[in-house]
Amino acid sequence: MNVNVKPEAAKRTSSRLAIADCDIHPVRATPNAFDPWLSARWRDHLKTFGSPRRLAMQAGPAFPKGQPDAARRDALPPEGGRAGSSLSFMQAQHLDPNNVIFGVLNPLQSGQGVANPELCAALCAATNEWQVAEWTSKDTRLKASVVVPYESADVSAAEIRKWAGHKDFVQVLVLSRTGEPLGNRRYWPIYQAAAEAGLPVAVHAFGYGGGPITSTGWPSHYIEEMAGHAQSCQAGLASIVIEGVFERFPKLKIVMVEAGFAWAPAFAWRLDKTWKALRAETPHLKRLPSEYLKEHVWWTTQPMEEPEPRTHVLDTIGWMGWDRLLFATDYPHWDFDDPSLALPLPISEEQRLSFFRENALAVYGVKA
Amino acid sequence: MIEAGAIDCDVHPTVPSLEALVPYMSEHWQDMVKTRGLDELVSISYPANSPITARADWRPAKGKPAGTLEQMRTECLDPFKTSIAICNCLYGAQLLFSEDMGSMFASAVNDWIAKEWLDREPRLRGSIVVQTQNVEMAVEEIERCAKNPRFVQVLLLASGDHPLGKRFYWPIYAAAERHGLAIGIHAGSNYHNPPTAVGWPSYYTEDYAAQAQAFQTQLTSLICEGVFSSYPKLKVVLLESGWTWLPAHLWRLSKYWHGLRMEIPWVDRSPMEIVKTNIRLSLQPTDAPPDPASLEKIIEHMQSDEILLFSTDYPHGQFEGMEVLPQGLPKSLVRKIMVDNPRATYARLLETVT
Amino acid sequence: MSRHVVAPTREIPPGSRKLFTIKGRPIAIFNLNGDFYGMFNRCPHQGGSLCEGAVTGLVESTAAGRYSYSRRGEIIRCPWHGWEFDIRTGKSYCSPDKVKARSYPVETAHGAELVEGPYVAETVPVHVEEDYIVVEM
Repeated sequence: MNVNVKPEAAKRTSSRLAIADCDIHPVRATPNAFDPWLSARWRDHLKTFGSPRRLAMQAGPAFPKGQPDAARRDALPPEGGRAGSSLSFMQAQHLDPNNVIFGVLNPLQSGQGVANPELCAALCAATNEWQVAEWTSKDTRLKASVVVPYESADVSAAEIRKWAGHKDFVQVLVLSRTGEPLGNRRYWPIYQAAAEAGLPVAVHAFGYGGGPITSTGWPSHYIEEMAGHAQSCQAGLASIVIEGVFERFPKLKIVMVEAGFAWAPAFAWRLDKTWKALRAETPHLKRLPSEYLKEHVWWTTQPMEEPEPRTHVLDTIGWMGWDRLLFATDYPHWDFDDPSLALPLPISEEQRLSFFRENALAVYGVKA
Repeated sequence: MIEAGAIDCDVHPTVPSLEALVPYMSEHWQDMVKTRGLDELVSISYPANSPITARADWRPAKGKPAGTLEQMRTECLDPFKTSIAICNCLYGAQLLFSEDMGSMFASAVNDWIAKEWLDREPRLRGSIVVQTQNVEMAVEEIERCAKNPRFVQVLLLASGDHPLGKRFYWPIYAAAERHGLAIGIHAGSNYHNPPTAVGWPSYYTEDYAAQAQAFQTQLTSLICEGVFSSYPKLKVVLLESGWTWLPAHLWRLSKYWHGLRMEIPWVDRSPMEIVKTNIRLSLQPTDAPPDPASLEKIIEHMQSDEILLFSTDYPHGQFEGMEVLPQGLPKSLVRKIMVDNPRATYARLLETVT
Repeated sequence: MSRHVVAPTREIPPGSRKLFTIKGRPIAIFNLNGDFYGMFNRCPHQGGSLCEGAVTGLVESTAAGRYSYSRRGEIIRCPWHGWEFDIRTGKSYCSPDKVKARSYPVETAHGAELVEGPYVAETVPVHVEEDYIVVEM
């Protein structure tokens, strides 16, 4: 395959709508990029033992993806390196032409999900330092997530407290496929620290908690895993609601990232119906599940839903509320949503602004 | 208005006790069951006294809800003017880890259903309960029970050992297609895996709500593994699954199919097309939006009026009084849901039964 | 329509492709075994740059687990969402639902014939004149 020419970066002016992008994936330029923040012990440990997660392969995912690195093939930086590893190329290809004024970094391959709890904590801490050193200090449009070793909730809480108040951090990041459902009390120190710090907790699809990724065992194909993130995220979110996390932490905000969103209305309807019948089981809950969802939970828009006809998605957004959605591109991944094409539907100017910017600025407490 | 002559696709006769099944066991198993002191095989999917497990007015002073034919006639078949009701027995034969014991219990349940219910009430039909750990034995049981024309479906659980689309299970689908039996996947788990995609929940409320995700997973698996490419005549019915989640699930699955077709090239039609021809969902429970107009919108999103099958889910508590048809259901669909769609789904209903 | 002499044929060896701007539009030219094909470089789905995509063959199947692979090098996958396009014709290999128009008879034996979709990548006519690639636009 000989690709001789890269298309010119689109020359677009800043008359394009200024947008927020709530899911950008920065990647290490080299495997050693975290070394400045890792002790000799961990550098040696990594060389000898690597960083196994709770899955079979030393490197790569349990389900091989559809494209290398799950990345857009045109997102490989011209200077070399992996997609998402070059700030300058991210600026030229995405931030500038798409007029991103607020971009949330969600570093995956950060050490989250690594089985050794101390190594996991060290890698997460290094990721947070790296985000500031290589990204947010160099481009003030970009904001960082406090990446935490979520299976060790107390260590996570300490990491959150370390960065609380830092101007560059706008949320806490956990992955959706955790060892136990996210509402389980063992995770509550994370919510406590996040709520105290005024940081939303973002739940990003993926991770390997160690158990089968469905309620009925392991599927065969990558496409099943991709469709299945909707189910994992629903299970985690139901747990958060039903275990009473929002009752215990009334200031907590949750952002569901890359989970899809069209499932949200029927999910809320089913939780309400079920809870109304069984409410004697959960006396700690004082409100309908759907009320907790409306007050505490937001969803990023990518992967954008594509019903035929496309207008059906407007019904869905209407049921959720136009204030619930936070635009995201998932740059540089393959199922990227281009902001100019993601919502080709007749909507009001107010709805457009909410969807592409204002909701995010409100959730993250940013003054534009 | 309820359509007279409706076909109720999901009713649950209750096994009164393990004792009731003993006459249907061999001497060997009768003695094993007694000697080892087996407990009742009752799943945590339906805690005995929970409001969903039985509606309050369907709880008898003595005995089990839906424990006798008299109860079912008085509380369900007569009031809903049902012409046919399909019995899905949820006694926990499928929960066991031993394929031999599981098979034995499944056969006992099937024989008990046939004798105590199907033989005695002409309006009743049944589903063949099978364990799924040993597929050969499951197929044997299907072949055995298929001889009885009153059995119209094979009954599987929404969460088991593996996603149901896996080729390992295909002999079950071959046998079902061969005999014109539908495959009924019913809410519940055998709990051989944690009952959610992220582990064990703390509350029954989570478990019951999570059934919808189990069905979504199975739908994905059946479609992506190509079950309907190989068995195009097979009808799969999702029972007590909820259904308002269906359009959103298909939007996502169809979107990914466009980009990942090459991984599953035997899937030659969009998932939405496959659902229209091969998948059906029972009406109760309806996880309805707060306003009836939105229910109509969801039905519009489904893009087919052939998908829903009438059910009461008796004796589970899903609706009040006679309000089995959710508000907002277009009147034009009532006959389709109550009569036409079930008739088109269950080929063996058309056979006359003596 | 006008003729545009784009490049000498040796610039695009067999199995390779190159992007040109013709009349202000990005056009990807492919060389399939000595035959040249042109395609407007925007995926009809959401505008991804087709030229950057991976080239594969056509994966088909008559039954689960059986793969039939043909036309190696003649299918391009959009680098964004992976949609597949026939380089020769621009046709895509998935069809979005056309519910009313297409009823799929269950009794028909399924030979897994690919449904060619209405999403078509725009092709441009390309021919060779004396070792030069010429595009008509």
